[in-house]
Amino acid sequence: MDEPSAPRGFRSRRQTSENNRLPPGQYLTTDFPILSAGPTPDVRVADWKLGLQLGGSLLGVWTWDEFEALPQTTIKTDIHCVTKWTKLDTSWQGVTFDDLLKAVGLEEPPEAYVMAHCDGGYTTNVPVADLIGGKAMIASRYDGLPLAPAHGGPARLLVPHLYFWKSAKWVRRLRFMAEDDRGFWESRGYHSYGDPWKEQRYDGD
Amino acid sequence: MAGRPGAGSRGRNEPGQEHHPAADELVRPPAGQHVDVRLTASNGYRAERSYSIASPPEDGRLTLTVERVRDGEVSSYLLDELRVGDDLEFRGPIGGYFVWSRNHGGPICLIAGGTGITPLMAMLRHREKSSDATPALLIYSARSLADVVYRKELDAMASRDDDLRLVYALTREQPSDWLGHCGRIDEALLAGHCFPREQNPTSFVCGPTDFVESIARMLVRLGFDPLTIKTERFGPSGG
Repeated sequence: MDEPSAPRGFRSRRQTSENNRLPPGQYLTTDFPILSAGPTPDVRVADWKLGLQLGGSLLGVWTWDEFEALPQTTIKTDIHCVTKWTKLDTSWQGVTFDDLLKAVGLEEPPEAYVMAHCDGGYTTNVPVADLIGGKAMIASRYDGLPLAPAHGGPARLLVPHLYFWKSAKWVRRLRFMAEDDRGFWESRGYHSYGDPWKEQRYDGD
Repeated sequence: MAGRPGAGSRGRNEPGQEHHPAADELVRPPAGQHVDVRLTASNGYRAERSYSIASPPEDGRLTLTVERVRDGEVSSYLLDELRVGDDLEFRGPIGGYFVWSRNHGGPICLIAGGTGITPLMAMLRHREKSSDATPALLIYSARSLADVVYRKELDAMASRDDDLRLVYALTREQPSDWLGHCGRIDEALLAGHCFPREQNPTSFVCGPTDFVESIARMLVRLGFDPLTIKTERFGPSGG
C-alpha cells in the first residue's frame, strides 16, 4: 500500500520548534510517566549489590557505599519511551559503564553483548557498543536527588539513545554474553535493539 | 505466559497427534492487548497513541475505549472528528505480557481503576465467550456509579455466572442506598475478596499510575508473589 493519506480533519496542533529532537511517532511530555510490568520492589541500599558477570564468575561486586565511591558523572539527555512519550533535558548522575570496566581493571569489554538483570526478574539485552564511550551509566540520582523507587531506585541502567525499556530499573547485575539474547520485553514482541530514531518498537520494525 | 501476538493457543497439541482447531482459533490473540493508532496530518506530522482493546479476541471487529484527555490531540480527534466510514491507520493487536487466555489458567484477580477496566473487560468477555469457568474476581474502582464503564454488561455477566465475583468501590459519590464499598480500594477490601494465596491467583492491575502503584504494593504486603502481579499503567499520559 502507498503512504496512508492524512485522515480527514486531522491537523498538527503541536509546535514544531523542538521537533528535530523528537523521534518519529513520539510526543513531548513534561511529567515523568511510570511504566513497569509489576510491583515496585522494596530495595534497601543496605542489601543492595551491583555485580559485573562474565561466564560463571563475577568480575566485580560493589556494595552501595563502594558504588557511591566510584567516579560520578552527570549527564543531561532526552529520553524516549516506546509508549510514545519523550522527555527533554533530563538530568542524571551515576557511574558510567566505562568507569565500571576501569574499576575491574578492564581496558576492553570482554564480550560484545550484555544482559542486565534486575530485582523483580526483569531483564534487557544491550550491545556493549551502546554502553561504552560515555553512552550509558548506572544512574542513582535524577535531578540531583536519589532516584525514587518507582523510577528504578536505588539504581537503574541508563541507555538514553535507545527506547527507555532498555534503561532497566532496579538493575543488580550486568552479564556479558558472547552472542545476543533477548530480554523480558524483547522476547514478548518488542524489538531486540530499540532505536527510537528508526522507530524500532516491535519485532520486525 | 503468552508468546508473541497471535501465539495465544500454541502448544496444546501432542506431537504426532492429529488435531484441527478452527482456523480462527489458531491465530486468535490473547485478551488484554492494545493497538497503536497513528494519525498523520497533511504536513507529515504524525501522532501515535496506544489504546487497549475492549472486545474479546472472538469478535470480528475491534472495540477501543477512548477516554477524553483535555487538549489531547488524538483523543479529541477520535471522539469529535472521526466519522463512520473514515479510514484509520492502526497497528496490532500488540502485547504478550498483560494478557490472559482461557488456557492460561487461574484463578484471576482483576483490579481496575477508572478506564483501566478496558483490557480487563476484554479478558472477562473472552472468558465468557469461550465458556471458561476459571474463577474470576473483578474489583473496580470508579468515582461514582455513573463512571462505571460497562456496568450493565458486568452486572449481567456476574448474575449468570457463579464463578465471577464483582466488587465496586465508589471513591467520590455513592447512591443513598449504596451498600458496597465507599472510598478507595484498601488492604481490608483486597484481603476480604482476593483468592487465597494457596490457589496461586494471577493478578492483573490496570489504572492510573498512582492507583497501580498502591494496589500492587498492597498485594505484595498481603503476601502475593510479585511475579504473579501484572501491572499496566493506563490512561492519560499526555495525549
